[in-house]
Amino acid sequence: MTAPERPPPPSPAPAGGPAHETTYREAVRQAIRDAILRDQRVFLMGEDVGRYGGCYAVSKGLLDEFGPDRIRDTPLSEAGFTGAGLGAAMAGVRPIVEIMTVNFSLLALDQILNNAATIRHMSGNQFGCPLVIRMATGAGRQLAAQHSHSLEGWYAHVPGLRVLTPATLEDARGMLWTALQDPDPVLIFEHVMLYNRTGLLADDAGPVDIDKAAVRRVGKDVSLITYGGSLWKTLEAAETLAREGIEAEVLDLRVLRPLDEAAILASVTKTRRAVIVDEGWRSGSLAAEIGMRIAEKAFYELDAPLARVCSEEVPIPYARHLEEAALPQPAKIVSAAKSVCGRA
Amino acid sequence: MISFRMPSLGADMEAGTLVEWLAKPGDKVKRGDIVAVVETQKGAIEIEVFDTGVLDRLLVEPGAKVPVGVPLALIRAEGEAPSLAAPAPIGGTAVAAAPAQGPAPTPIKPPAPAPFLPAEPHVRISPAARRVAAERGVDLARVTGTGPGGAIQLADVETAASPARPAGFDFTQMRAAIAAAMARSKREIPHYYLSDAVDLQPAADWLARTNAERPPERRLLMGALFAKATALAARAYPEFNGHFAEGAFRPSAAIHLGVAIAIRGGGLVAPAVHDAADLSLDDLMAAMRDLIGRVRGGRFRSSEIADPTLTVSSLGDRGVEALFGVIYPPQVAIVGFGKAVVRPWAVDGTLAARMIVTITLAADHRVSDGHRGALFLADIGRRLQQPEAL
Repeated sequence: MTAPERPPPPSPAPAGGPAHETTYREAVRQAIRDAILRDQRVFLMGEDVGRYGGCYAVSKGLLDEFGPDRIRDTPLSEAGFTGAGLGAAMAGVRPIVEIMTVNFSLLALDQILNNAATIRHMSGNQFGCPLVIRMATGAGRQLAAQHSHSLEGWYAHVPGLRVLTPATLEDARGMLWTALQDPDPVLIFEHVMLYNRTGLLADDAGPVDIDKAAVRRVGKDVSLITYGGSLWKTLEAAETLAREGIEAEVLDLRVLRPLDEAAILASVTKTRRAVIVDEGWRSGSLAAEIGMRIAEKAFYELDAPLARVCSEEVPIPYARHLEEAALPQPAKIVSAAKSVCGRA
Repeated sequence: MISFRMPSLGADMEAGTLVEWLAKPGDKVKRGDIVAVVETQKGAIEIEVFDTGVLDRLLVEPGAKVPVGVPLALIRAEGEAPSLAAPAPIGGTAVAAAPAQGPAPTPIKPPAPAPFLPAEPHVRISPAARRVAAERGVDLARVTGTGPGGAIQLADVETAASPARPAGFDFTQMRAAIAAAMARSKREIPHYYLSDAVDLQPAADWLARTNAERPPERRLLMGALFAKATALAARAYPEFNGHFAEGAFRPSAAIHLGVAIAIRGGGLVAPAVHDAADLSLDDLMAAMRDLIGRVRGGRFRSSEIADPTLTVSSLGDRGVEALFGVIYPPQVAIVGFGKAVVRPWAVDGTLAARMIVTITLAADHRVSDGHRGALFLADIGRRLQQPEAL
């Protein structure tokens, strides 16, 4: 299903070097540039990635820098260019396929699920598909039900795929290269609300592992388990909770498949309470999977019922107030956390 | 399916409180494994199983006080199918009724699931709270829940557990246990008493030579020589080693030497050093050290408390010259060692300053007579003259 051997994870860069303020968008762009410069086989292709500079402006300027062989505009045909990327990857090059949003990726689902995720299994390990697909996900920019859904949890359902959700500048900068070294297909979900996020990024920021979850805030009273765009809402909620005397631990999953179950169980075993924050719809969500694993493996550690904060089960609305109401928000996370702590 | 029952840990024990399970359903157990801790009048005692198999089901929850003979758990033999029915375990709320059947330890089909308790009113208890309560022997029926809807959460259990004394001695209870056993002894056992002063100088000299070459933790104490000499003598005089029960004396092939150990704060217990006559002096010393440490820590095993066949008591350096013991029923003798003192003593027709100890015997006249008692006591003294042979 996946390659019997994967390259070892990159060693973390030493902390404390010089850093500069940058954006998540710029971090992704630098990751693409770095990959194209370092590896002759790497190229980017997708709708509007070249002349237009990417619908979220991630690849702006790269066509001028690298030319049309490495930055390839494609027709509006997700199944076609994703399939082309898949074939290219099988043939030995290292394509980065960009799909505008996860909603449109459904047009390429046949290629992703029926081909990329299964080819190693179907060929008895004769073929692999080291394909990297980047796509935007999530809501918050009033892009309505055509562009705003969070379907990464669906992809995390599929054996044969690795699903990444970089939420920090370091992960935006560092996950791509590691993904390109992986012998099997890797999907990278970039939340649309993160692109403009600014922060300090070390000048020597480099590849990061694509295996482990990360504790973004240490706490002892409740584990807030989240990923991607919800990380920052969750950290904001944790600040509010701290002011009310509840020390929340925030776990950034980073990798939705395979889940870092050990990290989840370790945190819950410590705090004995868990709230899962997931922008996907509640029913059949990744939050449901995580909750079930906690119930299976850490039932006797729990001191309160599990809880989750997910999106309302509606197509994401266009109107700002309705869109905000449909999504996980810090206030909802605070409320859920207080409830499981018996402080509602 | 074999019933593992609340054992009798002394002639006067009627009931015990299950403090803690140390094994869980599915665990393989063999004879001698420690599977539970029971609180009795004598303190917290680790309970061993006498059968080999797989622990099938626990029938009693920690905190419950149940009479001797009540099944605590079921053990299934290798290859036997797990039980299907799961009767509610005895909760920690009250003393359960005595079982209809007697405590006969016969293997039986899955026992009639106890006429035990009505179900507790439903209280929300978090899994963590339930687990920790079980670990610490906290009776959940006495815990007030402060969680949502009155749910009992971990913090509630910790609050309830913290002021509680650790599993260990209840001095009032222990006093009551000693009172019951000693009153029974004096009521039922016709004691006779013998006393003999013995030259301890050879043993003291040998001990000094032996210990001079050893680091402190490996040094022998005179108490180990006393115990070994007594155990060896008991092998030669079997009417002082065993139990008197149901009108007859049953000598014991094994010599499990009860060692009277005073407990800080008052009271004493006399748990057994098993097969004391077969242990080397070093092993016997180690066993006594281990036992004393565990007794003072409040932890000893059911077999140690239940099965001494003969007891020794030594008051040590801070005692007096002679002590006359009261026999611990159903045993039939107790050997006492007084404080060793330096006295003028005739040796080979010459007066010398020698270390002397007074050894006493209190024995059950139903079983033995003074003549045999004197020979037994003299045999102990003679063995102390040849410490290297112990």
